[in-house]
Amino acid sequence: MSTPDATIVPRQLVVLSGKGGTGKTSIVAALAALVSDKVLADCDVDAADLHLVLNPTLRRRASFVAGKEAYIRPERCSACGDCMDLCRFHAIGMSAENGGRPVYAVDPLACEGCGLCARVCTCNAVEMLEPERGEWFVSDTRHGVLVHARLNVGGENSGKLVTLVRNQALALAQEAGACLVLVDGPPGVGCPVIASVTGADLLLAVTEPTVSGSHDLERAAELVQSFGLPLAVCINKCDLNPDMAKRIRDLCTDRGFPVVGELDYDIAVVRAQVEGKSIVEYGDSPVADQIRGMWTILNSMLKNLEA
Amino acid sequence: MKIVIASGKGGTGKTTLSVNLAVALAGEGSIGLLDCDVEEPNCHLYLKPPFDATQAVGVAIPVVDEQACTGCGLCARACEFHALVALPGQPLFLPELCHGCGVCTYVCPEEAISEGNREIGLIGAGEVSGIYFRWGRLHLGEARSTPVIRAVKNLPAALSLDTVIIDAPPGVACPTVEALRGADYAVLVTEPTPFGLNDLGLAVQTAREMDIPCGVVVNRAGIGDSRVYDFCAVEGIPILLEIPDSRLIAEVCSRGEVFAAMNASFAADLRAFASDLRARIACRPTSPRGYGEKVTTP
Repeated sequence: MSTPDATIVPRQLVVLSGKGGTGKTSIVAALAALVSDKVLADCDVDAADLHLVLNPTLRRRASFVAGKEAYIRPERCSACGDCMDLCRFHAIGMSAENGGRPVYAVDPLACEGCGLCARVCTCNAVEMLEPERGEWFVSDTRHGVLVHARLNVGGENSGKLVTLVRNQALALAQEAGACLVLVDGPPGVGCPVIASVTGADLLLAVTEPTVSGSHDLERAAELVQSFGLPLAVCINKCDLNPDMAKRIRDLCTDRGFPVVGELDYDIAVVRAQVEGKSIVEYGDSPVADQIRGMWTILNSMLKNLEA
Repeated sequence: MKIVIASGKGGTGKTTLSVNLAVALAGEGSIGLLDCDVEEPNCHLYLKPPFDATQAVGVAIPVVDEQACTGCGLCARACEFHALVALPGQPLFLPELCHGCGVCTYVCPEEAISEGNREIGLIGAGEVSGIYFRWGRLHLGEARSTPVIRAVKNLPAALSLDTVIIDAPPGVACPTVEALRGADYAVLVTEPTPFGLNDLGLAVQTAREMDIPCGVVVNRAGIGDSRVYDFCAVEGIPILLEIPDSRLIAEVCSRGEVFAAMNASFAADLRAFASDLRARIACRPTSPRGYGEKVTTP
């Protein structure tokens, strides 16, 4: 059992949305500027943008290796085609790369690294490589430490990279005695999202008052609920469609999700982004005040979790 | 022609463009619209098809014959995805980790592993407003969307379409690659903002790596800055269309309405955009290598 003054376990606040482009990263950047004593994690590893506002100074970089990838040595391939016939991922095709002699080759973007081809090959022509899938970084920013990553194009295993980024951020927060890990999550409901929300303490779903925003919020919320995690909702660009905003508010009331912020549709958010700033660092605006108000509520929700 | 509407960044207007383009082209030859953003499909919210997604998409899973299994553990050691765990007696199967590759069935010396099927999502298809519409929906909690995307793209053999529009998921990871595979052209939708530019760069890299020609649609033109245009000029990427930043269009979309159906000049712009694309595709002689298609040597 831990004693009362044992190491603080940092809380993890994960921002997600279902639908892309609702304003997750802009809101995380604003919260980063408002909240002290935290570590930041960008878990949208295949389209990471948080660094564009935070202007990081690289402290550490490491390569991300996960899973395997088949490679057929052309000089050994007898072109029997057994590997291609058995590959479930349609990742093998004919190529004429070996001095005009037809041989089979692997499409690295389609290969899932199962190794069946290597097992069936009677010529021992298939090698299973362990390629780099991307990189991850620890950086210093004007708003604290940021853990971020870059997944290679078509990268497999994005969920594993997300988990790695989150674990690094958590370890750094523990080391520094920070009480919060603030996570910018990916869109969707698939593998990187599942990896982003697993083990989180509180989720903030950013939505917008559109048919798509509402539909995607419902799916993301249902996923989060199946994990038994508490969810708060922020309606961005709230004045774009007041009827739809009301429908989302009603939906949240029905499901028991507190609406912790309603933000205006304001071009100042884009102007701030162009200048590499978060909206709260870009002069006074209603949106900046609305985000400050939202943080007050989120902060008390995080504190109440401890009870 | 088969065009994929993609973008690195989410929320740039992929679905808006896909749906509006399909509606603008309906009646000009046979049009197909495939919603491949199966994690968060949205095209149906605009097209309002009279059919749901009800047809199951399954993936192969191992089924172990208790009588025949000797508990040797070979299958668990061979599984690269750790979906089988060796235990005394039968292996433990973790379905959400399984890729359905068939290695376990192949390596089992007792031939004790056959293949079953596990449902991971649903697809639906049919005719709506003169458009052949096909879409998929991944079940919540499922991690791998690529088999559902493949099922959406797997058109009935008897169907012949003049234009196929594919609405891709955001990002540049495996789901986007699956949506892009086999396309004649990648239309990359972006916003003229730093986030839009950064993710456009990733999308261009993806298309180039897949040997698919690409061009850019700038949505919400007028916001942000000129760096997206500078990037396209330096990289030699054509700007195919600009859609101005308009509160009216945003409000129309927010209600689930199709702007091209109520604005003749926007619909005409989209038809011109499609003819331009067709001409660009016709200019390109090479076709990418057909993986998975056996080539017989003479």
